[in-house]
Amino acid sequence: MNNILNVSPSPHLSSPETTRRLMYGVVIALVPALAASIYYFGMGAIIVTLTSVLSCVAVEYLVQKFILKTKPSVKDGSAVVTGLLLAFNVPSNLPIWIIIIGAIISIGVAKMTFGGLGSNPFNPALVGRVFLLISFPVQMTSWPVPSGFRTGYLDAVTGATPLGILTEGVKAGESVASLMEKVPTHMQLFYGYMGGSMGEIAAAALILGGIYMLWKKIISWHIPVSILMSVALFTGILWLADPTIYADPGFHLLTGGIMLGAIFMATDYVTSPMTHKGMIIYGVGIGVITVLIRTWGAYPEGVSFAILIMNAFVPLLNMYIKPKRFGKEVKHG
Amino acid sequence: MFKTFPKGGIHPPENKLTADKPTVILPVPPQVTVPVSQHIGAPATPVVEKGAAVLAGQVIAEAKGFVSTNIHSPVSGKVSKIDTVVDTTGYKQTAVIIDVEGDEWVTTVDRSSVLVKEITLTREEIIGRCRQCGLVGMGGATFPTHIKLTVPAGKSCDMVIINGVECEPYLTSDHRLMLEKGAEVLTGVTIIMKALGVERAVVGIEANKPDAISHLTELAKDFKGITVQPLKVKYPQGGEKQLIKACTGREVPSGGLPIDVGVVVQNVGTAFAVYEAVQKNKPLVERVVTVTGKSVTNPGNFLVRIGTPVTALIEAAGGMPDDTGKVVNGGPMMGKALAITEVPVTKGTSGILLFPAAASRRAEVLPCIRCGKCSSACAMGLEPWLISVLSEKGMWDQAEKEKITDCMECGACTYTCPAKRPLLDYIRLGKSTVIRMAREKITK
Repeated sequence: MNNILNVSPSPHLSSPETTRRLMYGVVIALVPALAASIYYFGMGAIIVTLTSVLSCVAVEYLVQKFILKTKPSVKDGSAVVTGLLLAFNVPSNLPIWIIIIGAIISIGVAKMTFGGLGSNPFNPALVGRVFLLISFPVQMTSWPVPSGFRTGYLDAVTGATPLGILTEGVKAGESVASLMEKVPTHMQLFYGYMGGSMGEIAAAALILGGIYMLWKKIISWHIPVSILMSVALFTGILWLADPTIYADPGFHLLTGGIMLGAIFMATDYVTSPMTHKGMIIYGVGIGVITVLIRTWGAYPEGVSFAILIMNAFVPLLNMYIKPKRFGKEVKHG
Repeated sequence: MFKTFPKGGIHPPENKLTADKPTVILPVPPQVTVPVSQHIGAPATPVVEKGAAVLAGQVIAEAKGFVSTNIHSPVSGKVSKIDTVVDTTGYKQTAVIIDVEGDEWVTTVDRSSVLVKEITLTREEIIGRCRQCGLVGMGGATFPTHIKLTVPAGKSCDMVIINGVECEPYLTSDHRLMLEKGAEVLTGVTIIMKALGVERAVVGIEANKPDAISHLTELAKDFKGITVQPLKVKYPQGGEKQLIKACTGREVPSGGLPIDVGVVVQNVGTAFAVYEAVQKNKPLVERVVTVTGKSVTNPGNFLVRIGTPVTALIEAAGGMPDDTGKVVNGGPMMGKALAITEVPVTKGTSGILLFPAAASRRAEVLPCIRCGKCSSACAMGLEPWLISVLSEKGMWDQAEKEKITDCMECGACTYTCPAKRPLLDYIRLGKSTVIRMAREKITK
């Protein structure tokens, strides 16, 4: 009876959900895509993933310990997620030292300089990827072709991505119909049989991860669906207008980083809007910008740029798009 | 079939451990402590002196002003002293302390358990009786009932909603009352309808109480104008505005009251108290309290006299477990933690909840990851992450613009936050500051 009682304001209950559980939920959702990458690219995928994750965690720890002199918070799992996503966004034959530079930019510059978890305006993994793409264009665009599990790393056989083949071909005046014969079939694309960044290729595995996250309520449907719908709609209109120079929507949805971007990159909590309406505007923005870059831009692929551009609008979306307040519209009877 | 409110809400584990425990009458304790302020509004003024002999049901403190109500002696005996005590809110206030001698009631009170269905009192007499008998809202807000039964000039009321939701986890006192005193509750509802001059009443009950839904639905066939509305289980459905929205689709305007959409909401416990006051002339001197918790040996629902020490209730439930780290007056979502258990049960005490030490501490606070789960959980359509930061930074004007005063402090945001941020702590600070500043502006 002589217990000293704790006193705190209500509520006295807390949901079992924690930041850490959410982050490791994302990690679990990334496992199918990682397995697909290892299946298609072999040892290279393993080396790239391990290097990226370890260096992201190390950079966060070192920055907090020695520069910010705060309590390291790597156990929240957010650096692991960034590391995995950075690895997923680079080719599987990227040299280790370039990956480490990517990790330093992702965590050190894009995340920690803004105050760490929760404060960064741009998706850290994408900042890292875009930095590497601009700084090391040759290494970042030499795409290994899937060849079953193999033990080689830097010596992978490389080739163009389906989107690269399309962009170059259309520029050279070839018709889309003949180009389509040079790229894998839609079914092969769905299972990931194509050149590309390590984790972006297998749409099937990425969708599986997305369903897991929806089931676990880690993400809501708003961002992925609005991105994929707007890409499908926009490319669909172009395709119907002139199928000789524009590829069909299925091709656009299954190639490049659109699945990875829509399901895992754009849904990053910190850099996406907080209301469902805001999420839909953000998603449509990403979809439209991606198609604009793919169709008329200098790069064959534009998901990374589209997400970073829309990241910049998130504070505005949060400021102007408000949830519907209870009691704002007075209804009688 | 099952209705609910559209926006927000959460599903905390229900833990209704005492749902099938019949109400036990707790013996009258040797001494009771009766605070003079057990309601919202002005404290009542004591009208008995030290040493005076009192009977159960006798007025010992009279209402002071309109927003106030009478306090009655819950026991018979001698006034030991009139002193300052700490009550369940943690604040000090005046209380009448009575040494119990026997159990003699004032003769006007009908203590039989015979159901009296016929209502003989007029509207004015009903409202007067509620005031006389010291009735307050039993759901926890303890707003004097006679005021709620008086429709303000210029407003009209066309229906009554009876709150049988009991959406707080653990609590079962309303559930037991509906099962054990269903006919009395519905008679009370009929009396409330008469007082307000309305033809229609809806009793909202959540789907996790199927026995109460079927029992009251069956009984309601004999009562004109009363229907039972089953509701989906979702916290905070017991919030007045959410309950009205769920039952009728009407939306109380921001800053408004239920009467603005023609509705008055009363708790089932209040309906029962109205029955006892009007039909039996019995003042509010006892209530059902759920005593519960995962490590409590004998959790249960107890009918206790007002003023009984909480310690006596805990003893009745098998004593305080050794691992107890927190005692909450009320439910786990909105109840207040007690610093000491030597406090009296008051009219608003719906439950006593004991938490083990491990569950009584808050988790480490991490940075906001802007997941938006708090906005999704908010039943008022607010953005808890934003208004809590605005309060933290002292940006009161901004907080007011973001409708911080619409917050009903249900705690769904803090519950759902994965970073374990104390959102509601800051929102409470902001809300009270904004209200105070608005008052100061008016008085200037």
